Amino acid sequence: MEDLSLPKIDYAAVAPMLILFGVACVGVLFEGVLPKAARRVTQLVLALLGLVAALSVIVWQSDTRVLTAGGAVAIDGPTLFLQGAIIVLGIMALLLIGDRAMEHGGAFVAQAAITVGSEADRKQAVKEQGATEVYPLTVFAIAGMLLFVAANDLLTMFVALEVFSLPLYLLCALARRRRLLSQEAALKYFLLGAYASAFFLFGVALVYGFAGGVEFGTIHDSVTESTQSTVLLYAGLAMIAIGLLFKAAAAPFHVWTPDVYQGAPTPITGLMAACTKVAAFGGLLRVLYVGFDGVAWDYTPILGVVAVLTMLIGAVLAVTQTDIKRLLAYSSIANAGYLLVGVLALSKDGLSSTMFYLVAYGFTVIAAFGVVTLVRDADGEATHLSRWAGLGRRSPLYAGIFTFILLAFAGIPLTSGFIAKFAVFGAALDSGEAWLVVFGVVTSMLLAFPYLRVVVMMWLSEPGESTPTVSIPGGLTAAALVIGVVATLVLGVAPAPLLDLTTSAADFVR
Amino acid sequence: MSLSPYVPIIGMFALAAGFAVMSVAIAPFLGPRRFNKAKLAAYECGIEPSPEPIGGGRVPVKFYLTAMLFIVFDIEIIFLYPWAVSFDSLGLFGFVEMLLFIGTVFIAYAYVWRRGGLDWD
Repeated sequence: MEDLSLPKIDYAAVAPMLILFGVACVGVLFEGVLPKAARRVTQLVLALLGLVAALSVIVWQSDTRVLTAGGAVAIDGPTLFLQGAIIVLGIMALLLIGDRAMEHGGAFVAQAAITVGSEADRKQAVKEQGATEVYPLTVFAIAGMLLFVAANDLLTMFVALEVFSLPLYLLCALARRRRLLSQEAALKYFLLGAYASAFFLFGVALVYGFAGGVEFGTIHDSVTESTQSTVLLYAGLAMIAIGLLFKAAAAPFHVWTPDVYQGAPTPITGLMAACTKVAAFGGLLRVLYVGFDGVAWDYTPILGVVAVLTMLIGAVLAVTQTDIKRLLAYSSIANAGYLLVGVLALSKDGLSSTMFYLVAYGFTVIAAFGVVTLVRDADGEATHLSRWAGLGRRSPLYAGIFTFILLAFAGIPLTSGFIAKFAVFGAALDSGEAWLVVFGVVTSMLLAFPYLRVVVMMWLSEPGESTPTVSIPGGLTAAALVIGVVATLVLGVAPAPLLDLTTSAADFVR
Repeated sequence: MSLSPYVPIIGMFALAAGFAVMSVAIAPFLGPRRFNKAKLAAYECGIEPSPEPIGGGRVPVKFYLTAMLFIVFDIEIIFLYPWAVSFDSLGLFGFVEMLLFIGTVFIAYAYVWRRGGLDWD
């Protein structure tokens, strides 16, 4: 038998992923060998160290532009930028996950197998420490996301999709309180996610049938050169897009979002709203910009309709919500629409503005869910909007922070939300997609209404009997809140450094 | 006369279908009919499907744990066979990769073992 030619691997370039996968494996091992009392601190420190180490490698490698591992992984500007963004946002989410100051034992169930409503369940809710498997699972998810935005062929992308999805399904089910809601959310997310993955995989098979390969370079070449029937190409691209748009929570594939965001433990909701969004759009950008840019004329109108639908559904349904987590979920759907507007600019500006938007939105949304973890009563988080009435009197500081966050979501100047929207709409206008921008501006105004309603409720209503108290955040949550709020402000006041960074990073290698 | 490459496949289909139909058709004529309790029970392994077990038909999670652990090693074997066959041409790189792979599987095993997943009661 002749020798197989082994793929060349640039280990330094893929080191961030290797570090995180290694850290997650060590974390699982620690779960087995460490005594229960020592696990939480060890796991948290290990996970944070791993993320910081991975981030350092990304900064060190920031000039790398290579295809490596036999062309399966592309380390280029967008990859490194998005990987860095996922890690920074992941660190923030991990701070929320690790905090146990607001609730005894943290936000996670002690034993997921305890029957809901049993005596053991009541005991774990108030007495026992939360499960520490959460930390390795989070690191696995983040590592999968890093691979997802770096994947340069559809199969690697599919494996990465599963690697980051499976831990997320599990994490959704681990809430300490309202466990039935949490388990329902996890099951819904899992079933619908598996369904979307199947679509993605079938799309990959069809595209392989058309292009004779799954690498984006091969697909790009056959899209521009092939003379055979394009039925397989369009059907395959449509199914791949369904799989990606599901993860990005774009309409009409968004129906899981409110239920899952509401049911999942709030720190995990933050992780999903920020990091999964970055990963999903990172993947979508690479698929559309690198693999299928030859048929951009054909998919732009269809994805444009999806973007408009996403913005409209997100904005209109956000108005009717009575639960703060559901409201933020619909806001997240609408933001997926704005991101799609940036993606559909299909230009260097579109790429850089989408990446800027992802980072700006990620910082703000994690801070938002951080505040949600603070507003609580004896039964845990008080998420019903009516309970937030009069919060400004009770706790001006946190009501003020949340007001600032909501204004950033609404896109008020001097916040990152304004700059981010301005950038994606500007890029879309330059590319002649004015109709998308019109819908974007209209739905932005529509979406400002539910945000302002919450603001008015917090400040202009009298606190009632049922207004819950705001817990003093532990150091970890406070740190995440400070990072999120400061980033939202700085990116709104002085966005130039990050805009320059996104512009210099906005070049795919093929 | 040149046969289309698909002819053997059609032959295979015909053989398979014929075998299935024949097996079902001749069983009542050839098979002895000696029924007993075990033969009439539903074909299941593990727990008795009827009468309904305590807890409203819930299956103890232990079965699931064992099945998952089995699948982990099942997958490991699937990868070990082709690796062993082409060990010579894969060389040191393949050896190290396989050690890493077995190592990660071992971590899962160690986790299950240490957390009591292997204790039946």
